[in-house]
Order: sequence, then structure tokens, then C-alpha cells
Amino acid sequence: MKREITFKLNNEERKVEVDPGWTLLYVLREVLELMGTKEGCGYGECGACTVIIDGLSVNSCLYPILEAEGRAVTTIEGLRAASGELHPLQQAFVNEGAVQCGFCTAGMIMSAKALIDENEKPTEDDIKDNIAGNLCRCTGYVQIIDAIKTVAGGGRT
Amino acid sequence: MTRFEYHKPHTIKEAIGLMGSLENAKFIAGGTDVMVLIKRKKIAPAHLISLRNINDFSSIDIGDGLQIGGGVTHSDIVANEFIQKRYSALTDAAGKVGSRQIRNVATVSGNICNAAPSADTACPLLVLDADVKIAGPKGERQVPLDDFFLGANRVDLGPGEVVTGFHLPPFGLNTGSAYIKHTRRQAMDLPMVGIAVRVTIRIGGSEIGCKDAFCTIDSISNILRRLEDEELRCEDVRIAMGVVAPRPVRARKAEAALKGKVISEALFEEIAEIAASEAQPRDSIRGEAWYRREMVKVLTKRAILISVDRVLRPDDMILRGHDAASCPRVRG
Repeated sequence: MKREITFKLNNEERKVEVDPGWTLLYVLREVLELMGTKEGCGYGECGACTVIIDGLSVNSCLYPILEAEGRAVTTIEGLRAASGELHPLQQAFVNEGAVQCGFCTAGMIMSAKALIDENEKPTEDDIKDNIAGNLCRCTGYVQIIDAIKTVAGGGRT
Repeated sequence: MTRFEYHKPHTIKEAIGLMGSLENAKFIAGGTDVMVLIKRKKIAPAHLISLRNINDFSSIDIGDGLQIGGGVTHSDIVANEFIQKRYSALTDAAGKVGSRQIRNVATVSGNICNAAPSADTACPLLVLDADVKIAGPKGERQVPLDDFFLGANRVDLGPGEVVTGFHLPPFGLNTGSAYIKHTRRQAMDLPMVGIAVRVTIRIGGSEIGCKDAFCTIDSISNILRRLEDEELRCEDVRIAMGVVAPRPVRARKAEAALKGKVISEALFEEIAEIAASEAQPRDSIRGEAWYRREMVKVLTKRAILISVDRVLRPDDMILRGHDAASCPRVRG
């Protein structure tokens, strides 16, 4: 039976009619048509579906949609400023060549954002630990870590 | 997509009531196991009863030891400094489970209820003498974790019962613990062997603290050699092994052989061999039996050394590059 829920999505109150069996990822992509969040494995192994819920990085493919009720969800679409300017992390990924095929990028950036929001100056080990659940099959990890470092270190390269 | 109804009770009583009244229902906490099982079509519950919105379910309380709520996640454990200092083995394990995304939602109770032989938090909770708190239609009860595990993926939970948390006894400053997870890769992997150790040590009956000599970057083996004359004695010890039996098990013979003895690296070597002889690992995709037994030996010795080190140089766990001049524990 369908139910109507309300949650905050990218700083905007959203009302959605959902089936209790849906995941947050399904609602984001198929109902709200926000295609930035990707489905990779669908089993919480690859991190392509990472979004931020109440400040914590979460695999949206395993997240029952009804748990989103009343919570604040941030997806990659929510990072860009109203002016259209990219978020510093997004710009850093462009600058450092951290985007190859692009499939893991949204998840990587969301994991990185959750980390930087929690810890302004993470060490390289902190960065590696926090993106350990995000697979990049182009294996461009060095550029990804470099990109996160430029933002985490207060903008220095 | 799979069809199920989703229930969000706010009290344990309500949750247990729902479980009693609904057909084909299953409890779900973080969902990192349950959702995977549903998606893989291994289970098909008609109702999921969420434990995520239970009031006061995610608290970690200090007092009479440690109380861990049923909704506490692995990330909650990692972030807790008191647990890191006094129940270090649990922090070691919680930080190594899955990925950050998994740890942010997956609960310790869920890890224990699944009772996989490889469950990372099981060995630390075993050596930390944890009791499991259970609520059900017939009321509440508490059982030692060692009795809670019945076999591979089997636990002592009756129909409609749910784990509401854990109680761990208090340990003094002369107690240290550690967990080592041996994996093929660093993230998103199950251990091929997991070893947890807790030791309580004494010198001549008095509690020991940090001395100048310990505030060094010297290896713990060298420090133990220097302390040979002081007769550090092992007052109590627990050793637990994961993935070497159908369920996480204690190495009781090894524990008995260490308890009450004056400690030395040579003795730890013997203890590790006894632990290895108690392990019954099997060949699997993650590693062959002979290799696992060999690693039980190596990791048991290492985990004992780390535990002892954490008693002798406690601040090293928090502060890397500990220096004697600023150490508040240095005695004249």
C-alpha cells in the first residue's frame, strides 16, 4: 500500500508517495528523477549510491525509503550553489583529473563531503578510510585522494 | 521491487507486540544484512519491524561498566573515546567492519544477532565479558554472550525476542584489550581470522602505571625484556578466536595457561601455540586451514602484546608519538 512521506531533500521539503518496499535510491532515481546518484552493485559494496543523511554517509541502495521520513537527505545535486557554481569538492575533482568514466564520482564526492563536514583537516589515512567503501573501477584513486586533499587542506595543492 | 509493509514502532514493547501479531515479520535495524538478504531473495518477509525509531535505543552509558543500547552503530562505538580507552578491542573491531557507509547504519546488535563465525564485534565482546540484554513477549532476560551463540548463524533468541543491548563489566587501568582482523584487503572484507585478547596485569599486587621507561617509541617486546625483574603477572586473561569454528570461540586452554603467570614474550609464544591447537579452522575461499592456524598463532601473540602495551603505555592509543616530557602519568 502506498504511503505519503515528507523529508528534506537538498534543503527543500519534499512530499512523495512511496511503496514501503522501495529503497531511497529507487525513489531518488525513478520517482524524483535525480540521476546523479548511481546504482552500482545494489548490495552496499561499491558506494556509487552514497548520499548523506543527517550528516552521515549512507548507501542509499540499502536504505528503506520510510526511514527517510523526517530526515535531511543530501545528494550530489544538492552540492552546487544556487548561482550554478560547483562545490569546491566538485571543482577539485575536475581540476585534479579525478573523474574518469564518472560512475563512482557522485558517491566519492558525497563520502568526501561527509568527511570534510565532520573533520575539516583529515589526514590522508582519514580520507582513505572514508572512501574505502567507494569503488573506482577506472582505479583513479590517487587523483581522487589528491582532489579531496586540496579541499581538505584548506585549498592548497 | 520487493513488497513488504514497514513498521516504525517507538518502544520495544510496541515492537514485540507487532512481532506477535504479524505473520512473516522480521526485525530490521541498520538493514545492511536484512536488505541484502531481501534483495538477493534469500528471505521474503511480509513485514519489516524497524528498530531505528525506538526511543533511547542508541545510547552508550558509562556507570557499572558499560551499557551499549541495541541501536548503537559501529560508527557510534568508534566515536566514543571512553570505549577506545577502556574497551579498546571493541573500537578496533567496530572501525574495521565494512565501510564508513555501512558502519554509519549497521548496529552492533545486528552483527551479534547474525552470529556469523566472522562477526567482527563478537570476539571483542566475548573477551570483554559482555552480557546480552534480551526482551520478548515473556519479559526481559540477560545471558552471557558465550551462551548466546549456539552455532553458525544460530543464537539463543526465542520467537518474538529482540536484543536490546549489552552490558560490559568495568575494568581497571591495569586491563588492556585488542582485536586484530586478518583480511585479504583492507575494506569491505570479512576476516579470515579474527583474534581478540584482554589481559589484566599486576606487579607485586599493586596496580601499575606509566613510568619514564615506557614513554618511548621502543617496541613492547623490548620493554617487557627490560621489565623482566619486576615480575609482571597476568591476573586475568581472555582470548577469543573468530572464523576458526562454526561460532566465535574462546581459547580456554590458552587462557588457563596464561592466568596467574609471570608474563614474558616467550610465554606468549607458548600461549599462542596452545590457542592455535584449540582452533579448528577449515579450508575456504578466504584461506586454507593450515594457514589460518598458523595465523592464529601469530595474531594471538601480537594481540596479547598490544593488550599489554595498552596497559603500560595507555596514551599511545590516543596520541601518536607519545612523549615522556608531557606525559601526565609519569611518576617521579
